[in-house]
Amino acid sequence: MFRFRKAVLIAASLAVAGIASAQSTSKYPGVGRDATPKEVAAWDIDVRPDFKGLPAGSGSVAKGQDVWESKCASCHGIFGESGEVFSPLVGGTTAEDIKTGRVANLNATTYPGRTTLMKVSTLSTLWDYINRAMPWTAPKSLSTEEVYAVTAFLLNLGNIVPEDFVLSDKNIADVQKRMPNRNGMTTQHALWSGNEFGTSKIKPDTKNVACMKDCVAEAKVASFLPDYARNAHGNLAEQNRLVGAQHGADTTRPEAKPGAVAPAPGATATTAALQPAAAQAKPAAAPKAEASGADSKAALALAQKYSCTACHGVDKKIVGPSFQEIAKKHAGKVDYLVGKIKSGGSGVWGPIPMPAQSLSEAEAKTIGVWLASGAGK
Amino acid sequence: MQDDLSSGRVRKAPESFLDKDGIKTVFEQARHGRRDFIRSAFAAAAASAVVPAALAQANPVPNEGGDPHILNLPEHSKGLGQGVAANDGYGKPSKFEANVQRRQSPGLTQTTQASVSFAPLQSLFGIITPSGLHFERHHQGWWDIDPSKHRLMINGMVKANKVFTLDEIMRLPSVSRFHFIECGANTAVEWGNVAVPTVQYTHGMVSCSEFTGVPLITLLELAGADLKNGKFVLAEGADGSSMTRTIPMDLIKSGEVFVAYGQNGEMLRPEQGYPLRLIVPGVQGVSWVKYLRRLEVGDQPYAAKDEAVHYIDLQPGGLHRQYTSIQECKSVVTTPSGGQVLLDKGFYNITGLAWSGRGKVKRVDVSVDGGRNWRSARLEGTVQTKSLTRFNLDWVWGGKPAIIQSRATDETGYVQPTYQQLRAVRGTRSIYHNNAIQSWLVSESGEVKNVQVS
Repeated sequence: MFRFRKAVLIAASLAVAGIASAQSTSKYPGVGRDATPKEVAAWDIDVRPDFKGLPAGSGSVAKGQDVWESKCASCHGIFGESGEVFSPLVGGTTAEDIKTGRVANLNATTYPGRTTLMKVSTLSTLWDYINRAMPWTAPKSLSTEEVYAVTAFLLNLGNIVPEDFVLSDKNIADVQKRMPNRNGMTTQHALWSGNEFGTSKIKPDTKNVACMKDCVAEAKVASFLPDYARNAHGNLAEQNRLVGAQHGADTTRPEAKPGAVAPAPGATATTAALQPAAAQAKPAAAPKAEASGADSKAALALAQKYSCTACHGVDKKIVGPSFQEIAKKHAGKVDYLVGKIKSGGSGVWGPIPMPAQSLSEAEAKTIGVWLASGAGK
Repeated sequence: MQDDLSSGRVRKAPESFLDKDGIKTVFEQARHGRRDFIRSAFAAAAASAVVPAALAQANPVPNEGGDPHILNLPEHSKGLGQGVAANDGYGKPSKFEANVQRRQSPGLTQTTQASVSFAPLQSLFGIITPSGLHFERHHQGWWDIDPSKHRLMINGMVKANKVFTLDEIMRLPSVSRFHFIECGANTAVEWGNVAVPTVQYTHGMVSCSEFTGVPLITLLELAGADLKNGKFVLAEGADGSSMTRTIPMDLIKSGEVFVAYGQNGEMLRPEQGYPLRLIVPGVQGVSWVKYLRRLEVGDQPYAAKDEAVHYIDLQPGGLHRQYTSIQECKSVVTTPSGGQVLLDKGFYNITGLAWSGRGKVKRVDVSVDGGRNWRSARLEGTVQTKSLTRFNLDWVWGGKPAIIQSRATDETGYVQPTYQQLRAVRGTRSIYHNNAIQSWLVSESGEVKNVQVS
């Protein structure tokens, strides 16, 4: 019996060992498999500062301008200067910066804002990001040539390369040497959690001490929100719980006078008139019922889905006009609106073109009907 | 430090039957010890009061001799309630909690896909952020991804490039740990001056959850990663922006970094990267790559868009600090806080949150006089590393203006800085990593305001 058992055990362990050796010596056999070269190629798209990962290819400034105007300008502006949707990409760099590798305007507190070309030190970053994440509504749709071309066009807008330049994997390392802020970064600080940059001995840059008594002279208020901003973030009474040690301040009214302390929560009906607004605040209102028959919920969901809202706010102009402005101008014109959504165009509201949208007839109609009936929320 | 109790302690008149002058008289009398007058003036309240006569009464007895909410039984005491498994089998908060929402800061961003919503810290208790109130930061919109189709790839300096399914990752030994996540740009709008009114907008890009997943080192070892020469790991998301960030190998080797699928007992929320997110304790949120699809082991950092264009810290002189990652020790009082109103004079629990990207919070001190004098607060529960820590301190408000601050110290001895100290070294245009001491001014009206002190 004993022998028999032992024999079985040996046989079993041999079998296990056989399987294990076929799968390497993994501590967790059966978990994970080797990726195929095809799979790695499909996902491994990153480009490093030393241009490891950069695919061979090239693209001209001229080609980049064509791609830019059809796919990029609506958000970033014709010259990459627009701050309407995202921070401006181009501006603030000089020929002198290209020589020194340090952007002088970064040290000028008067210079408004910081553009991408003012900040970025590594050209690989631009190529990598355009390739992986642009255009905003259709990431990874550009060809390798288009990515080279758009990158070249941006560099030309910053006067880093000439108008007739063709950027390629062969010359990109030379262009890196002209990046205006290439010497503008430091890793010498205490905010990296490791010693990969040799910074583990650097101490934090502030050195407060936990003083307990008579630490500073009497504090003076040096900065506060002006009265006109009191309600700028909406009624704060409605942004606090109905009960609690503190309630939210009713910012639709001026601050109460000192001494006029609000009555307690749960006060009787006779004191209801004195209740702070917080106690009376209604829970957030349910979406309004639509009188026109248009399905505002569906239309807004589609507007989100197709990223219409990247350029159009419901009641706010962004790049394009607000939905409500459109609704006012084209009230009742469902067919016109559906056509415009599908074909795109420019000139009605300004020079920035709207690209043609690829959504179904039914979806375009849902949005069109909603726009034609007032674009309610 | 005790507050001045002798001034400004007044019992609120039931139904406000005393007019303003009457209240003033009561104040005067109280100051001179004329207890008899006070007793007669507040006879109705005193009859049922169990508190000492000198204390304020926030919930006075009405004239009719009892609270109608007690005397008249409500519907819920007299009827049949609702059945189990309502709301499609997933419970929701009370309808009376509808004010507790994450919110956008008006005008901060032009799109909702590259934007932020802030967690309502003023309304939260303890250290856990309810998953539905966890702050959001998306770079190119969020997705709800089918987990059965999601894959994680490991490549680069490894013996074998590997692919894992969710089924496989969830078979591996797991850990569950409490960690805070803070956006590097939390409190960014306040670098130069006060810009927003409430703690939701000043500090609401911090949240804390119990995350569950597999230590990254386990997966790297499975792929046979070169842990000696592979000093950096690129983490990449599967969404449109395919967000990438460079992660230090030292931190991965410590075992702290993990690949999470769980959050607060359930799966991650889609807005938080369902079904897979990298957890990088103590490091800013942008490194906690959502919809994690790929990890690449390399010997150089990657200078991704969010480490070469954004999330770089401008210093005086025009140099940017690159690869700034650690969220240094920070704290904030969540109540009383900006935009709130103290209902009355009397007792309050000052409470707030503290955290450090370098380890455990060791101590939190609180000042009610703008930083002149401080008292140490009580830290709640077991303090955990790189997690939110709740602190509390008793306080009696005497009705005078008060400036409330909190100041945290972590286990490395680092003390949270003042605005003056931070600006002295980094200027006012650094955008990221603002961990300065926050000040809330309680004005005489009881209203609390966001201020900065000199």
